[in-house]
Amino acid sequence: MATKDLTYVKKELPGKILNIGIALLAIGLIVGAFGLLLDPTRAKFSYLLGFFYLLTIGMGALFLISLEYVVNADWSTPIRRIPEFISASVPLFIVVAIPLFFFIHDLYHWSHTDAVATDALLKIKEPYLNITFFVIRVVATFVIWSLYYFFIVRNSRKQDETKDQKLTKKNIIASAIFIPVFAITITFSAIDWMMSLEPHWFSTIYGVYVFSGTMLAGLAATTLAVVLLKENGYLHPRMTNDHLSSLGGLLFGFVNFWAYIAFSQFLLIWYANLPEETFWFIDRWEGMWGAITLTLIVVHFLVPYALLLPAPAKKDPKRLKFAAVWLLVAHLLDLYWLIMPQYHGEKSGLHYILTEFGFPIAAIGVLIIVFYFNFKKHNAVPVGDPKLDRGLNFKL
Amino acid sequence: MERNTKLHGLVALFDTPDQIIHAAEKVSHSGYKDFDVHTPYPVHGMDDAMKLKPSKLGYVTLVFGLSGAAFALLLMWWTMVVDYPMNIGGKPFFSLPAFIPVTFELTVLFATLATVIGMITFFFRFPDNKHPLHDTPYMQAVSRDKYGVFIGASDPKFDVKEVRALFESLGGKKISEIMEIEKTWQDAFNPKFIGILVTTAILVSGGTYFALNKLLYITPFNWMEHQFRGVPQEKSDFFADSRMMREPVAGTVARGHMPYEFKDSVAQPADPVENPLVNSPEIFKLGQKKYLTFCSPCHGDYGDGDSRLNQQFPNPPSLHTTKLRDWKDGNIYHVITNGQNVMPSYSHQMTVKERWAVVSYIRALQKAKNASETEIEQFRKENTSNGN
Repeated sequence: MATKDLTYVKKELPGKILNIGIALLAIGLIVGAFGLLLDPTRAKFSYLLGFFYLLTIGMGALFLISLEYVVNADWSTPIRRIPEFISASVPLFIVVAIPLFFFIHDLYHWSHTDAVATDALLKIKEPYLNITFFVIRVVATFVIWSLYYFFIVRNSRKQDETKDQKLTKKNIIASAIFIPVFAITITFSAIDWMMSLEPHWFSTIYGVYVFSGTMLAGLAATTLAVVLLKENGYLHPRMTNDHLSSLGGLLFGFVNFWAYIAFSQFLLIWYANLPEETFWFIDRWEGMWGAITLTLIVVHFLVPYALLLPAPAKKDPKRLKFAAVWLLVAHLLDLYWLIMPQYHGEKSGLHYILTEFGFPIAAIGVLIIVFYFNFKKHNAVPVGDPKLDRGLNFKL
Repeated sequence: MERNTKLHGLVALFDTPDQIIHAAEKVSHSGYKDFDVHTPYPVHGMDDAMKLKPSKLGYVTLVFGLSGAAFALLLMWWTMVVDYPMNIGGKPFFSLPAFIPVTFELTVLFATLATVIGMITFFFRFPDNKHPLHDTPYMQAVSRDKYGVFIGASDPKFDVKEVRALFESLGGKKISEIMEIEKTWQDAFNPKFIGILVTTAILVSGGTYFALNKLLYITPFNWMEHQFRGVPQEKSDFFADSRMMREPVAGTVARGHMPYEFKDSVAQPADPVENPLVNSPEIFKLGQKKYLTFCSPCHGDYGDGDSRLNQQFPNPPSLHTTKLRDWKDGNIYHVITNGQNVMPSYSHQMTVKERWAVVSYIRALQKAKNASETEIEQFRKENTSNGN
């Protein structure tokens, strides 16, 4: 029954993809720069939005790789290269974050030493929330992530030629170490970059909330890329729709996980009804933000839940493509909902709002360009992986 | 088990999962509809090989899951909004966020229970415990390490020779015929079957009882349950007077109790307390009852000082003297509470309210004895206006 045919013919992506990526990056940057001229503070918040969009998709994909190694999964081995290519954006984080260090005074209230001096609460938080320690944390986090990325990807690619099984072992050990480190660093990143936008507010589940969105974004990007590549024959010919079923199942699971965490955060704050906690939700409930909050529930939970609930839907390529794009948009809305209410600007109008989506579009452009070059350079299937044959044989 | 001569179907055994997948593909490809595969564990890819349609069980789960959600919301709406509304933290009676966890739990509970029960009854045909394949060497083999395929005699294409030939061509071993079992209505009351059911019920309920009533009450930390505390009449090493019972702080007032400020004075207070009661038929009734119980033995039924105890005790004064009529309510109350001359204190027999009610009743008696003609006329007019 089990065929041992592992032949994989490498095909290159059409140059059109690169052009799309460059076009998106250019359009995004131009629109973003236009926003910087119109309303600098608002554009700086939208830069953070675009940065976090890039970060969450890249880190979600990286976490997916570590998950495969730690649980020794077979089914995802034939598609492992896709999250590897997506997470190739991880080493770029430090470059993309550089402008944010210059925007720090516009974004973060705690960065003003004079404001901190008169604020009892911020004074207590000062040992943690100060610019020096912030930069140290951010740089350390990005370095750890990049090191893990380079380590795992180097081993994975070396295996294509050497077919050395010890490399898989090494990656398993590295991933087992990385997962708790990732849990801590993603929590710190969430607190540092986003929760500290409102330094008076705190929520202990916030890190988990951001993690759930990260995982979902990484999964959605991977699913979209896998379905598109599989349909056009860039992946191994023995791949079946059963491989997609696991991706669909994970997507469905993390849609529920996100809703569970989001509701847990809301329920506790709503029940306790403490003014020092509720104001964060009130900021997101008054005016048009109420409509956005309700939209978020529908877009991020109810619709994808209904889309992915039936068992056949989880391996239907069309349904998965749609759900993945839908979830990527929903994730952007989620980040928007987290970040933008902290911008207390007065100027409003459609052109201001439209400029906010410049940097996220640029982030998508970056992802596509990075994906294209990695796809060109490396095999899209880990041909030397000892689990590949078992993975290709995967059946429900 | 009793088997008759009617053929139920044909079975064959295979040694490897690859063989059974191949066999399942071939059998379904040959057009047999009534066939089944038995393996010791779930074999990946079997659904495709057998060309099975997706199970209908999911619909049972969906319908009961939704009913669970509806039931939970209705239950909470009825109990928390209609039948017994309670203010919890100032939240609205119907607060959806608080109801969501319970709704979620009941959805899951209904869905899982319905799935298990639906599977057992509809798909396993509980309590039919006499499936022809039971108690056969075939079933024993596929429960251990063999992979079996079965083709039913009810299949329109079924033909013993053809099926046997098919099995042989696939490499099946131990091809055998399975006969039908005689089924009677007593089957469900088979002692072995009942025994297993009862044992399961006892184990499950016993386990549940043990877990809920014993296991859950083993306290890992009992610091709050068993704290140091003093007991009345115990000796204390802590307090200077060596007594565990403490006296209330000076000036302590018991809840619901208003101390009488002239409690210790024999003489009439210069500024007596005012009557806190508002006159009403109930108050007069209470006053009358208490007066007739405690006061009338000496003062007489109408306060004239002419009771049956006269001549046996020093004569009690009439309550209709000018001195008493000029007294304030508080003066009479003072006498009832503290006593005067031979009269003892009645503060232990009557509550504060009852004593004031007696004062009101005495006032009514005085009014009745000393009313002027015009006042009587007035009273008559007011009370006979209904035509008498």
